[in-house]
Amino acid sequence: MSSSKTVTVNFGPVHPAAHGVLRLILDLDGEIVERADPHIGLLHRGTEKLIEHKTYLQALPYFDRLDYVAPMNQEHAFALAIEKLLNVEVPERGQYIRVLFAEIGRLLSHLLNVTTTAMDVGAMTPITWGFDEREKLLDFYEEVSGSRFHAAYFRAGGVHQDLPDGLTDKIFDFCNNFPKALDDIESLLTENRIFKQRNVNIGIVSKEDAVDRGFSGFVLRACGVSWDLRKSQPYDCYDKLDFKIPVGSNGDCYDRYLCQIDEMRESIKIMLQCLDKMPTGEVINRDSKIAAPKRMDMKNSMESIIHHFKFFTEGFHVPEGEIYTAVEAPKGEFGVYLIADGTSRPYRCKIRAPGFAHLQAFDLLSKGHLLADVPAILGSIAIVFGEVDR
Amino acid sequence: MSKSIEAAKEAIKKNCNPIKISDDFNQLQIFISANQILDVVDFIKNDEACEFRQITDIAGVDFPERTKRFDVIYHFLSFKHNIRLRIKITVSETETISSITSIFPAANWFEREAFDMYGIQFKDHPDLRRILTDYGFEGYPLRKDFPLSGNVEIRYDEIDKKIIHEPVNLQQDFRSFDIQSPWERTNYLKEDKKNNE
Repeated sequence: MSSSKTVTVNFGPVHPAAHGVLRLILDLDGEIVERADPHIGLLHRGTEKLIEHKTYLQALPYFDRLDYVAPMNQEHAFALAIEKLLNVEVPERGQYIRVLFAEIGRLLSHLLNVTTTAMDVGAMTPITWGFDEREKLLDFYEEVSGSRFHAAYFRAGGVHQDLPDGLTDKIFDFCNNFPKALDDIESLLTENRIFKQRNVNIGIVSKEDAVDRGFSGFVLRACGVSWDLRKSQPYDCYDKLDFKIPVGSNGDCYDRYLCQIDEMRESIKIMLQCLDKMPTGEVINRDSKIAAPKRMDMKNSMESIIHHFKFFTEGFHVPEGEIYTAVEAPKGEFGVYLIADGTSRPYRCKIRAPGFAHLQAFDLLSKGHLLADVPAILGSIAIVFGEVDR
Repeated sequence: MSKSIEAAKEAIKKNCNPIKISDDFNQLQIFISANQILDVVDFIKNDEACEFRQITDIAGVDFPERTKRFDVIYHFLSFKHNIRLRIKITVSETETISSITSIFPAANWFEREAFDMYGIQFKDHPDLRRILTDYGFEGYPLRKDFPLSGNVEIRYDEIDKKIIHEPVNLQQDFRSFDIQSPWERTNYLKEDKKNNE
């Protein structure tokens, strides 16, 4: 009858399955996607420009607002970059607390992503169960930092404050109960016929393509590349902990889902080890003038008051130099390229977001699939616009 | 880790003719000129001692006081040797630089971002459009001479039923404090000193 004629469809920017503000221009042949052109930037807030105008301390909270699903993991990269430039050590307790909360961040991110993706393909219940668990984790965030999301808890040299009394017990209880909750979520999804039909063999990426396209994190591992910065380039105390890297084989949406589920189980293992091994002592390096003096010292010492004033107005100076540090954020390699010019403000801070590279390959992932698969693929690569648009 | 850095350093030194090579903080960094980029990138991707198979990032940096004001900085990662490489190229406002999308497809959006933020032109890029800023945006926001507040603000006009762009009007002036220590780095003292000399 009619020859092939493509129809152009606008997907988003306001669409519940777009996970934020993605505008996708889709060229469709019938229901088949022929070309996908993501238009991003609708959540661009100029983070990098703002950071150039702030002191290092003031710049830190911007990192919470990048991948707002797992805020502390972003702070981690920035804190590590400053520490390397300053060449300061983090006290051991500070390292363990940071790793503990980085893994909580991983759970936060994967829980949200797995369950919302499930909802996109028709499963309504997992999201209610997953968000119940998330709420408990956010309570831990609140106990250490005072806020549920925008924590500003990781600082250069350690963390802002020590854990409040009784928190470790609560986290321990959570770690013991969480695997059961995860089993429940899995019982609804992993062997579910509809879920598998919507995910298996959808959005396949080969090993070579995944490397070429700049993939990282679980999206890369689902393609069969065993690469995790926590193992290969360990930071903080990851080298003292015992955990495995889940690796997929097909590189489809279903493998990405399985990788996330397995990673959550490994995260629980890491958290339990952290609780077990955590020493007592300082949580932040107080020697190098990169931390505010203690309240009690300020009552007795004039020096401390001066130091406190200078710390919060001028900030600390970072010696000239440049560095790229990356952490294994829940979604992949989150990097900070920092150029310091010797003042208390960064000269340039380039943020490398994992989602940016993943979304870039969306055309490759969705080509030849049905329009209905687009939300499934989009969900499986864990796009959060805070970090893609910056 | 440092052994593989040494090996990669030797290979690059021998074959790429870099202007400068360094490894501060255990991070390999090379400076090259703009016309070398394609050869060097091709070499580091395929050479056995390098095998930088993934591009992690491209960053622009602006140094307005220099004649060649932009740095373009590429970051590569080698899975095999577990090392990173940083390539630095200096270009002026009018110069173009060859796109590396033919060798690393992932460079596409990274180059678009550098173009969007700094106005750095990439030759032979398949699709050099703005990426993060609004449709019809003017100027290059990450340049140091671009104001933090931007140049235009937008609002929805209820009477005309359309979006209106107008010059930024701040209720309170943007306040940038000179927070450096008076006995160390304060700008007005530095200028005084310069004038006296």
